[in-house]
Amino acid sequence: MAYSNKVIDHFNNPRNMGKLDSGSSEVGTGVVGAPECGDVMKLQIQVENDVITDAKFKTFGCGSAIASSSLATEWLKGRTIEEALSIKNMDIVEELSLPPVKIHCSVLAEDAIRSAIEDYRNKNKETQK
Amino acid sequence: MKLPIYLDNNSTTPMDERVFEAMKPYFLEVFGNAASRNHSFGWEAEEAVEKARKQVADLIGASEKEIIFTSGATESNNIAIKGAAEIYEQKGNHIITCSIEHKAVIDPCKKLEKHGFEVTFLNPDKYGMVSAEQVEKAITDKTILVSLMMGNNEIGTINPVKEIGAVCRKRNVVFHTDATQCVGKIPVDVDGMNIDVMSVSGHKIYGPKGIGALYVRRKNPRVKLAGVIDGGGHERGMRSGTLNVPGIVGLGKACEIAGKEMEQETKRINYLRDKLKNKIFSSIDEVYLNGHPTQRLPGNLNISFAYVEGEGLMMAMKDLAVSSGSACTSASLEPSYVLKGLGIGDELAHSSIRFGIGRFNTEEEIDFAGEQIINAVNHLREMSPLYEMVKDGIDLKSVVWTDHH
Repeated sequence: MAYSNKVIDHFNNPRNMGKLDSGSSEVGTGVVGAPECGDVMKLQIQVENDVITDAKFKTFGCGSAIASSSLATEWLKGRTIEEALSIKNMDIVEELSLPPVKIHCSVLAEDAIRSAIEDYRNKNKETQK
Repeated sequence: MKLPIYLDNNSTTPMDERVFEAMKPYFLEVFGNAASRNHSFGWEAEEAVEKARKQVADLIGASEKEIIFTSGATESNNIAIKGAAEIYEQKGNHIITCSIEHKAVIDPCKKLEKHGFEVTFLNPDKYGMVSAEQVEKAITDKTILVSLMMGNNEIGTINPVKEIGAVCRKRNVVFHTDATQCVGKIPVDVDGMNIDVMSVSGHKIYGPKGIGALYVRRKNPRVKLAGVIDGGGHERGMRSGTLNVPGIVGLGKACEIAGKEMEQETKRINYLRDKLKNKIFSSIDEVYLNGHPTQRLPGNLNISFAYVEGEGLMMAMKDLAVSSGSACTSASLEPSYVLKGLGIGDELAHSSIRFGIGRFNTEEEIDFAGEQIINAVNHLREMSPLYEMVKDGIDLKSVVWTDHH
């Protein structure tokens, strides 16, 4: 099974690999997956005035998992929270031309986005109200 | 040095040019059917087959009458297991094997279970080894066959075959060993090792694909096997079908070369293997050797690189052709059952890479491979949330993970 050029590009040149200050109230962190399943994604967003200004990831997983999370961070930057929630795993599948056996990587990336947003919202519950 | 570098010699080996040269005349010039008894075309083919039979027999200390040719070790294993089950059914219905055998042994055993046989799948120790004591304890009055591999294809561990064979001999049970990874790599002597039936493959020893052999003992004791493929009664009735003459010539030549060069070759390959291992272990933390530290196949190195996933690692080592026990390399999403069978845990199974060094690898290639492995692991660990957590002092076992499979 050969990888698509886009997967290879994201794998070799990961966008936004790294970390943000998870203690900051402007940062939401999502960690999804499990080591015994062979993939764990950590995705972080920095939010200012409801807009995602920065995003970072770290991923333990195959090339498709790394590419999916790299692509997700690229798409998140500049979007509002609501726009971010509209990203669906099948968008990632399509963009990276993932084969059926790799669809779970895209599902994990969508889960990571939702989990990071949830964390951000939980942190800012009181201030929002 | 040509890239990519082939380091997957436990999967298959490139064919030796000397083998190819030996086979050449048997495609176009000597094309006869070895079973044609009435003309020179048949006689020439038969002569070539009998020469090869002797070459195979000589390598394993057998008589040429005890060698039958098959399409490969998978078929050999099928004949050994199903063939013994059919012949000895009257005597009993119990078979002993191991949970980390090759699928070509496990699946025939599972099929026999469906037909009323009882199969004991022994659990190996943490190195992947089965002991003669384990086998002796598992043998019952109903046991007709013990099938245990000589060397494991994934982790390289070599079983104490001689001792296991002695137990089987004492208890009057047929002993089959799948020696696909061992014949031509380590000294094998069917008499000294108490082997009754043994599977051999061509393409693991620099011979062609699509050819293999089965050793079937003819005396002390005489072993009988029913054929799986019925037809013209070739190969003493155990394997019908027109003989693959070029393939057989190739297997014979590969065995002859292996017999002559094994001692030197093993030294060289193990030197390269140990050099690679030492480089990896001295440059990267948290790496674990899978399989036995000393009782293992020449050239085989199976390592788990903690906090890095195997398929991702293979992608990062872009100039190396290796294989992984990671789930992502199979359709099942389950990591290697062999590594799981050792009890090392799914997480480290996902992080495993098998390196298989062979006859045609050079020291320059191994040095290059070492550098690329180290760079790839460091690169992916920088990207790994698990490695970050561990470096931050978090115990990964205390984390509640979201299991999505």
